[in-house]
Amino acid sequence: MSIWFVPRDAAARSMGADAVASALEARGETVIRNGSRGMLWMEPLVERADERHGPRVGWSNVSAGQIDAGLPDEQSNNFIGAVEDVDYLAKQNRWIYERVGITDPVDPEDYEAHGGLTGLKNALSMSGGDVVQAVTDSGLRGRGGAGFPAGIKWRTVADQPPAPHAGESQNAPAHKYICVNADEGDSGTFADRMLMEGDPFCLLEGMTIAAYAVGADRGLVYLRSEYPDAIATLQTAIWIAREQGWLGDNILGSDLCFDVEIRVGAGSYVCGEETAMLESLEGRRGMVRAKPPLPAIKGLFGTPTVINNVLTIASVPSILARGAEAYAALGRNRSLGTQVFQLAGNIARGGIVETAFGISAKALIEDFGGGTRSGRPLRAVQIGGPLGAYLSPEKLDVAMDYEALIEAGGMIGHGGVVLFDDSVNMAEQARFAMDFCVEESCGKCTPCRIGAVRGVETIDKIRAGKDVEANTELLRDLCDVMTQGSLCAMGGLTPNPVLSALNTFPEDFASPVIATG
Amino acid sequence: MSNARYPKWQAEAAEALIAPIVASEPGPVLLCLQAVQGHFGYVPSDAVAMIAQACNVSRADVHGVFTFYADLRHTAPPAVPVRLCAAEACQAMGGRELKAEWAKACGDDADLAELTGVDEPIFCLGNCALGPAALVDGELMGCADVARLKAAVTHAQAVGEGV
Repeated sequence: MSIWFVPRDAAARSMGADAVASALEARGETVIRNGSRGMLWMEPLVERADERHGPRVGWSNVSAGQIDAGLPDEQSNNFIGAVEDVDYLAKQNRWIYERVGITDPVDPEDYEAHGGLTGLKNALSMSGGDVVQAVTDSGLRGRGGAGFPAGIKWRTVADQPPAPHAGESQNAPAHKYICVNADEGDSGTFADRMLMEGDPFCLLEGMTIAAYAVGADRGLVYLRSEYPDAIATLQTAIWIAREQGWLGDNILGSDLCFDVEIRVGAGSYVCGEETAMLESLEGRRGMVRAKPPLPAIKGLFGTPTVINNVLTIASVPSILARGAEAYAALGRNRSLGTQVFQLAGNIARGGIVETAFGISAKALIEDFGGGTRSGRPLRAVQIGGPLGAYLSPEKLDVAMDYEALIEAGGMIGHGGVVLFDDSVNMAEQARFAMDFCVEESCGKCTPCRIGAVRGVETIDKIRAGKDVEANTELLRDLCDVMTQGSLCAMGGLTPNPVLSALNTFPEDFASPVIATG
Repeated sequence: MSNARYPKWQAEAAEALIAPIVASEPGPVLLCLQAVQGHFGYVPSDAVAMIAQACNVSRADVHGVFTFYADLRHTAPPAVPVRLCAAEACQAMGGRELKAEWAKACGDDADLAELTGVDEPIFCLGNCALGPAALVDGELMGCADVARLKAAVTHAQAVGEGV
């Protein structure tokens, strides 16, 4: 008897996956709701296997109507053959995403059957210090954008004694925290979401390894409210993990006691900045903190705190399972291991591409992405989220790693790649970047709070043809002040999209009057 | 404005929501605001005072937290909220144009406008490869257009009335 797989991922559901699953069930078929393979242009991508863990064939863009008319077969025109042989998947190197799309995300047996818990078991057989060393040796760096070496952060927290909450007596219980930043607010990024929806146990396992390594007893996942499916799936996974003894006291029979809770965000982009996130977790306005003290020394409630992005933490189980050396053999220079790139915007084949650092932007966009979805010429690519630079199509030979992108005037950010075709107006995009900063600035520092407002006004004047030269100069000055004078990346990096648009696409800033005159 | 899905404001029920949070959480203010909104659909000003007292902070402190976060609202939500992603990846797929078309559809149809409320900007729904994205009554939609939005609103309304 065949088993059908219909993704429960929000992106698949947003294209009608629930109706497809219902239609299959109505025909008496067995349906498993897996995660998404990350080939999002094919969603709902329905798969069929003859046995639970057998090889699967698939059909793209399946509708409930198609199922009602008859079960899809090898003759159906949306048949894609063996799913794992599809080029897009076959050319990837999946570590973090090794189970996503394959397993039922909330089935603990499925998780273990596909290598889950191997990393944690290996870690528990080592000393905490050796686990930190393994993470250091792997070369793993923060996937939230800043790229700080995870092992060094963990070492700092491991070296601190646990501390009582700030304001409590010295005799109060002492803690260390693992805080996962799942406030994935960058447009064009969805890898955290798909991991939490497609393999939530992997995140929990990574957090547990981190807790063991640094001696933490509490874990929090700060998860944005815009991701209701991820919240629900991760919460279910936490309940199951407690039942399984994967969280709680004496995890897997060891001395390790560690538990995880979700904290839901409340619609603030800047709370993805780590110190603003701490403020929000403490129940306050998400205002950025000055550093030092580093969160690793005085973080949440004044205790030593590991703050890592979802993808950073989710990399750890596979590193511990397959070895730091194997991980560090991937990538190049100081960007080691794999990155989960996300192809988005006006793209023919959008989705998840996990591969070693160093692939060119061009290869991602053309070989994987297939160019624009509209079929019109590519005009601009924004890499690294709303604070990343706009690159012209001529600049796409750049290698996708931390340093090479900085050299090219961009940044890798959270790995998002957003394509725009030739209908885009880059002055409008520059204005949006400033306007977004107006909306989302926490307001603590003046360059960001006031600068962004003035930036919008100045771009409006330029676009209206008022004192274009003087106002362009003023805009550059303003960007300089924001870059140099802002407390965090919100104000400090907003000039990236603005100036890259201005420098690379100056023709879009010319007012219609001047352009025709 | 009221919303049949949520109970009317009731101080005792609110206190029962707040008390366990204050008792167990070291930084309870935002959690209390979220709990009240989750239950009543919004945060009435009475709740701000109540949370301030329970957490032993000033009303200004609670008001400050309340006003910081875009999610928190001081009026009941519309019956079937529709929110369109306003961020870059969706802009690249015609998000701005969809926003304008949706505003026009609501302008032409007062019932639709009443039902779905003001489209408050939301920045990124994590559906960036299938833009433009929208959230209709909490359900994510990919490749959104006005016809699909209207159909989803009708569906959500029927489900809501069926319950």
